[in-house]
Amino acid sequence: MTLLTFNLPIVTMLPFVGAIFAAWASTFNRLASAWVAATVTILALVFLIPSISEVFAGETLIQSWSWIPAIGLEFAFRLDGLALLFAILILGIGLLIVIYARYYLYAKDSMGRFFAYLLIFMGSMLGIVLSENIIQLIVFWELTSLSSFLLISYWQYRKDAREGALMALVITGGGGLALLAGVLILGNIVGSYNLSDVLAAGDLVRSHELYLPTLILILIGAFTKSAQFPFHFWLPHAMAAPTPVSAYLHSATMVKAGIFLLARFFPVLSGSPEWTWIVGGAGLITLLLGAYIALFKHDIKGLLAYSTISHLGLITLLFGFGTHLGAVAAIFHIINHATFKASLFMVAGIIDHETGSRDMRKLNGLFKYMPHTAVLAIIASAAMAGVPLLNGFLSKEMFFKQTLTAVYETPLMMVLPVLVTLAAILAVAYSLRFIHDVFFGEPMELSEKPHGPPLFMRIPVDLLVLICLAVGIFPMFVVSPILAVAVAGSLQTAPPEFSLAIWHGFNLPLMMSIVALVFGVLVYMYRERLFAWHERRIEHLDARIIYRFIFDRIVMFASVITRSFDKGSLQNAIAWITGTAFVAGVIGFMSVSSSVLGQRELLPVDGISILAAAIIIIASIMTVILHQKRLIAVMMLGVAGLIVALIFVKFSAPDLALTQLSVEIVTIVLLLLALYFLPQTSPKEIGYLRISRDVFISVLSGVGVMVMTMAVMTRDFLPISDFFLANAVPGGGGTNVVNIILVDFRGTDTLGEIVVLALAGLGIYALLQGLKLYAPARDEMGLGWNDDEHPQIMQTLTRLVFPLMLMVAVFIFIRGHNLPGGGFIAGLIAAVALIVQYLANGISWTAARLKIDMHWVIGLGLLLATVTGLVSMGLGYPFLTTTYTYLTWPVVGKFEVASAIAFDLGVFLVVVGATVMSLVQLGKLSDMSHKQQPEKAR
Amino acid sequence: MEWLLALVIGVLTATGVYLTLRMRTFPVVMGLTLLAYGVNVFLFAMGRLTIGYPAVIDPAAQAYSDPLPQALVLTAIVIAFGMTAFLIVLALKARGELGNDHVDGLDLGKDELPLEKNNLEKEQQQRSKSIPQENKQ
Repeated sequence: MTLLTFNLPIVTMLPFVGAIFAAWASTFNRLASAWVAATVTILALVFLIPSISEVFAGETLIQSWSWIPAIGLEFAFRLDGLALLFAILILGIGLLIVIYARYYLYAKDSMGRFFAYLLIFMGSMLGIVLSENIIQLIVFWELTSLSSFLLISYWQYRKDAREGALMALVITGGGGLALLAGVLILGNIVGSYNLSDVLAAGDLVRSHELYLPTLILILIGAFTKSAQFPFHFWLPHAMAAPTPVSAYLHSATMVKAGIFLLARFFPVLSGSPEWTWIVGGAGLITLLLGAYIALFKHDIKGLLAYSTISHLGLITLLFGFGTHLGAVAAIFHIINHATFKASLFMVAGIIDHETGSRDMRKLNGLFKYMPHTAVLAIIASAAMAGVPLLNGFLSKEMFFKQTLTAVYETPLMMVLPVLVTLAAILAVAYSLRFIHDVFFGEPMELSEKPHGPPLFMRIPVDLLVLICLAVGIFPMFVVSPILAVAVAGSLQTAPPEFSLAIWHGFNLPLMMSIVALVFGVLVYMYRERLFAWHERRIEHLDARIIYRFIFDRIVMFASVITRSFDKGSLQNAIAWITGTAFVAGVIGFMSVSSSVLGQRELLPVDGISILAAAIIIIASIMTVILHQKRLIAVMMLGVAGLIVALIFVKFSAPDLALTQLSVEIVTIVLLLLALYFLPQTSPKEIGYLRISRDVFISVLSGVGVMVMTMAVMTRDFLPISDFFLANAVPGGGGTNVVNIILVDFRGTDTLGEIVVLALAGLGIYALLQGLKLYAPARDEMGLGWNDDEHPQIMQTLTRLVFPLMLMVAVFIFIRGHNLPGGGFIAGLIAAVALIVQYLANGISWTAARLKIDMHWVIGLGLLLATVTGLVSMGLGYPFLTTTYTYLTWPVVGKFEVASAIAFDLGVFLVVVGATVMSLVQLGKLSDMSHKQQPEKAR
Repeated sequence: MEWLLALVIGVLTATGVYLTLRMRTFPVVMGLTLLAYGVNVFLFAMGRLTIGYPAVIDPAAQAYSDPLPQALVLTAIVIAFGMTAFLIVLALKARGELGNDHVDGLDLGKDELPLEKNNLEKEQQQRSKSIPQENKQ
């Protein structure tokens, strides 16, 4: 097993693990989380590096583990050229962002939270680009939506941040749903959810009748994420995020995820007229719209946001051509846009940081104060505008060439180069505006003199701008190799011939560039009239208004529906649920044509059973009748619970009887403890209409359940339990089948259940924190409480019994594998033993002697149970497989040791921990209320 | 025997549902406990009733009771306890935060008789209101 067989999941999972550490580290030192984030990013790069040479050799690395084979789910990773390019962008720019953000964040911002979110986001992006299984890809896709929501709303106290984050989540999350549907259809057409199969099945997919719906659904996913028209409007509002987030999400990652999807599915979905029209059309509109609006934005980040939209449109349009050379240009522009846009966002952040403003109407003449930053900004915006000798120029040339190729094929497309040149003119104008407005002109009046940024805030920008220059001047050396493998990865064939020379001779694309530059400068010079016209005519048009309208309508619709069912009353809700269940049951019975009762032979009735049944029926009815006298009702409830235990005894279920018995004790103690703080009686009800309605509903439910029980019990069935009975001894190594099912066959279920129990215990702990309740001074009869809080006889007796109870618990635990017993029951018995001590001796007395924090017990139990399962996985068996062996001990003789006992011990610990914690917390409450009692009632 | 057990399940369900429809938190929790009993026995009964069969593997045994529903019900009992415990504490929390134990947080429900005759209750509430002020001083 070499590193190359498992490094990709490590690369993907590292940031997620790192996120936990980043959050944790910040509790020690504010800056530690930045160090963690940087280290994790570098580590991920280190794990990625060994596979680079393989990819350049033309290999596609696939590393997969079976997950749920029945539905085609695999935990599968894939690294080809395209994935490699994106992974490098995500990690490389991610690292620069981490360094930058370390200096950008203000003293009051929580570093731990920021870097934890950032790392989660980074991991999700890596997951998208490295997934081989497309369902897994969707999982990571949704994770990017969620984590970007957290990042955009990082400054939670700001309304615009919250709204922008919500909008991004709604749009991209909704797109994610469409994408999921599209991918499911796609996988269904191909018959596999693995990219390798899907990518090879392009012809099959394109000729399939469901091609168009699949295409549209997948494109909705891609367009929402990449802010393509008509979903573009969320992106500018996401600018409320801290600038490092914008620089990361909107240059190299989040918005590029949609583009990645286009590149990924290019060999499958492209090449049809539908693809060309939808993708090309959306791209062209977005290109123009983004470039136009960008020119009129006064906020630097707003300008950059719309320029991002425009550039994403350009890339989409290139993919829309559906040609191989188009894909080359698109992927080339992805690299270039990531570098110059990330650096420009960082510059915007520096300006904001040093001057406190991002408004271009206020900012002026900053060149004087931060010449170095200004030079960087000038180079980066020149790249954005497509000035020669910079990377943006090269990809734009390729882009122009592609639009002209389209004209050769259909002359009607003549309009395309014109529109594209128009967009380029606007791009030059807004780039110029950014530079000229901010860095030149009269130096502005500022209360504080702005100064250059900290060194390490600038170095990431330095590096990125250096890349812009290097790519622009030496494209063949710097970018050509990685571009070639990335294109090969996207197209799944050898890349077409392309040349990245700076000089292609004096041709039409160069003419278009020159026109764009000249007219761009002109547009900027005469901008005042344009601005006035824009403000008068266009400004008020905002896609957000439509979004708001739709959004509000949906919310209104949802709340009308909710309100018509949920009137803020629990009884109402329960009545609905019960009624629905009843109707569903009736429909179920109606749809079966045979008689309600089956032919199975019934068991004879005996006198004791009738007596027991009579007692439980009377007890439960008395609970209802006396429910206003709560103490007596609890006693009745206890009687009913004990009879339930007897029912289990009667029908050959000793495990259940033991469990029910011990749970019953704990439940009654718990209810009594709680009752202490609640009113001892309920007010009398006078609504006879309501009471008769409730009686009607409950009698109906009771009869319904009774008939259903009979319908089942009078029929024969074929149990699947024969398997468990046959395999308990050879497979699980024990004779108590119920316990073997719990700890081995259905061990994962049990693990889930103890997690629920642990959460309930922790939830109780959390709920009772800081709760102050005041106990009544007198009991129901008006008598004062007994002064002797801990009667001597009880104290002495319980101390004597305590070791015996523990011994019983241990005994029940150990024999559980072969005879009735096991972790659950033993845990409950041990818990009762402890609780009795607390009851008899008081909390403080017991706590002083039992210095165990129940949090740790719960945690240890969960850990033990999980680790046991993982060990069997590590040995190559399914999760939680039992292994066992026989030891021969002196005296005891032959003794069986099963690994399940470790799991059962985990169960035991969780049950003890959760139960004791719940009751002791309640007990503490009563202790406190006693101490706060100002005067004791005599 | 089946009829008898079905009747027991039916009564447990009916009483459970009736109590969950009450207006105060404590009866609701008791109702859910009763309902949990009913559901557990119901689930158990889905394996059909067997009397006097061995519970563990025994070479001499002719047949066994169905172990699968038993395993499911065993965890269901424990989970039901966890739920009851959580709910009762939630009820306490609501009482602490809202000052009453009505399920919808009302001091007095629509169909309830005011507690004026019950002086004890009143005294309790006054006491609980007066104490925080004393603590502040």
